[in-house]
Amino acid sequence: MPISLFLQAAGFRLVSLAPVDIAIITLYFAAVVAIGFYLKRYTKTGEDFFLAGREMTAWIAGLSFLAANLGSLELMGWAASAYQYGILATHWYWIGAIPAMLFLGIVMMPFYYISKTHSVPGYLKLRYGEPARGLSAISFAVMTVLMSGINMYSMALVMKVVLGWDIHFSIWVSSLTVALYVFLGGLLSAIFNEVLQFVLIWLGALLISIIGLIETGGWSGMVARIASNFPGQNYTHLWSTLGHFSDNPMGIHWTGIVLGLGWVISFGYWTTDFLVVQRVLAARDLRSAKLAPIIGASFKMLVPFIVILPGLLGLAVLPQKLVGEGQAVASGAHSYNEVLPLMLARYCGPGLLGLGITALIAGFMSGMAGNVSAFATVWTYDIYRALIKRDSTDAHYVAVGRWCTLLGVLISIGTAYLVMQFLSIMDYVQALFSFFIAPLFGTVLLGMLWPRATPAGGFWGLLCGTLSSIGMWLWVKLDPGALRYIALSAHARDMAENMYRALWSWIICVTVTVLVSAATSPKPAGELEGLVYGFTKLPSEEHLPLTRRPIFWAGVVAAVFIVLNIIFW
Amino acid sequence: MHREGLVSIWFFIGVLLVIYGALIAGSGLYELAAPPEHPVVLAGLHAEIWWGALLLILGGFYSWRFAPRRRR
Repeated sequence: MPISLFLQAAGFRLVSLAPVDIAIITLYFAAVVAIGFYLKRYTKTGEDFFLAGREMTAWIAGLSFLAANLGSLELMGWAASAYQYGILATHWYWIGAIPAMLFLGIVMMPFYYISKTHSVPGYLKLRYGEPARGLSAISFAVMTVLMSGINMYSMALVMKVVLGWDIHFSIWVSSLTVALYVFLGGLLSAIFNEVLQFVLIWLGALLISIIGLIETGGWSGMVARIASNFPGQNYTHLWSTLGHFSDNPMGIHWTGIVLGLGWVISFGYWTTDFLVVQRVLAARDLRSAKLAPIIGASFKMLVPFIVILPGLLGLAVLPQKLVGEGQAVASGAHSYNEVLPLMLARYCGPGLLGLGITALIAGFMSGMAGNVSAFATVWTYDIYRALIKRDSTDAHYVAVGRWCTLLGVLISIGTAYLVMQFLSIMDYVQALFSFFIAPLFGTVLLGMLWPRATPAGGFWGLLCGTLSSIGMWLWVKLDPGALRYIALSAHARDMAENMYRALWSWIICVTVTVLVSAATSPKPAGELEGLVYGFTKLPSEEHLPLTRRPIFWAGVVAAVFIVLNIIFW
Repeated sequence: MHREGLVSIWFFIGVLLVIYGALIAGSGLYELAAPPEHPVVLAGLHAEIWWGALLLILGGFYSWRFAPRRRR
């Protein structure tokens, strides 16, 4: 989210808290820390600390899977995007998530789960060898803590603007709270708290949509008010304005949404980003591991009702027009990023306001805990154990994991302070993170579905895909005219550039992997067992009643997904 | 989860929701008796009271359903 200018606008506060609100927020902090202390006694082995003992039910793993993604600025950022771009922002929740989550559950999860890997880089080690694992582990670990720091800084900034809290207080209190409960209980504690945070996010944010719809007289009343407030602009159709780049406020074509977002970026993130996949690896059996992303997908489809709808309601009911950050700083007006707090302040009195703010904080913390626990696992298993100290005791690796949690948080805090000094770092690191996602999806997908993919093919494909993504980004930075080649149109905007860059880097990764694999020797069939389609014995589900089969529920979610897209077409 | 003695996360959630429900509904009832100077939009709906009550009911159910003694 572009909030780099937010700080300059932060000389006031949007809402004031009553004692009951402060009590609610304080209780939340006490609860998450208490859960960490309680779970410490259940976290003794590496399996406990890094994979929560692989005992999670499908529901717990599924909700945690989704909560870890809610991230630090999910609620505020996408509500702001909904105000700016209208219902088009919903694509990031529907086509940009649901097909990929179902694909993860039904097609990819069996290979992750049966291989008994601790991480996504760990799978690459089994499938392609150490070089591919090293490349993905180091890039993931570095980017995860950097992103965590950026999110932390952004959260502190939001708290400063919304509540007037001191920026240092927000950074240290929230990050040390997360550090404490993940340090104590590892992934088990992170997952427990993510489920709690998931419930609080819903209960804190849902009321805005309910009261907003009452005020506007329902969906049709809201659409009518938006049309009246913003004549000539289409904010309430999902697909019908995507025929041309200049027909919609996002400046994107439907091919960018379907191929760039719906295929490469979405599948790359949801199926290979270890931050979310780690939650599913903690499931107690394969059926639960397959069901968890499907449960996550069913809730993901509903998230627009607490994130996008408040943004749309803002377009309908807010008396003032919100503007971009630069304009807000210059004119003193409210920015897009403030739409959710403004709606919160509009409808929520004492008590409910505290619950709403708790929902925002819970969102920030669940995302940060996801980053930190994933960092600790990848660092310990895929970097420290693989490259530094191979043969040590399980207790030693648990201790390393615990200290890595603190280290990860400290690096994140350092990044947050660095960003505070040099705001442009935020844009660079966010771009850097995106470089790895799309090619990694190509590497993992070919590894799982194409037995002929070789270790050299996997490594070089991943490297070339990543480098090409960086190259395209630099090309457009140095020569903005290059956008017409990357995004296929000079009218394309930043969002469209990201979509197409991801698509090209994925194509390059797959092409290089195929070409290099064709020229090198494949692994023997015996080494592909449990890792590749056709060489892995997948347990039959035919003995299960239909309603207990993951494929049945995936079909139900897919049908609802299609219907929702048609309704809001 | 089936780890010996481990209290379900739903119990923790239930307890927290009961406390939140009581605080929010209580705050709503107080506002009913002493209306604020600057009420929120649609304050007449008394959202604090019914949302607090909903939290109390949900929290009560989860606290009871997943209480440690009951699960054993």
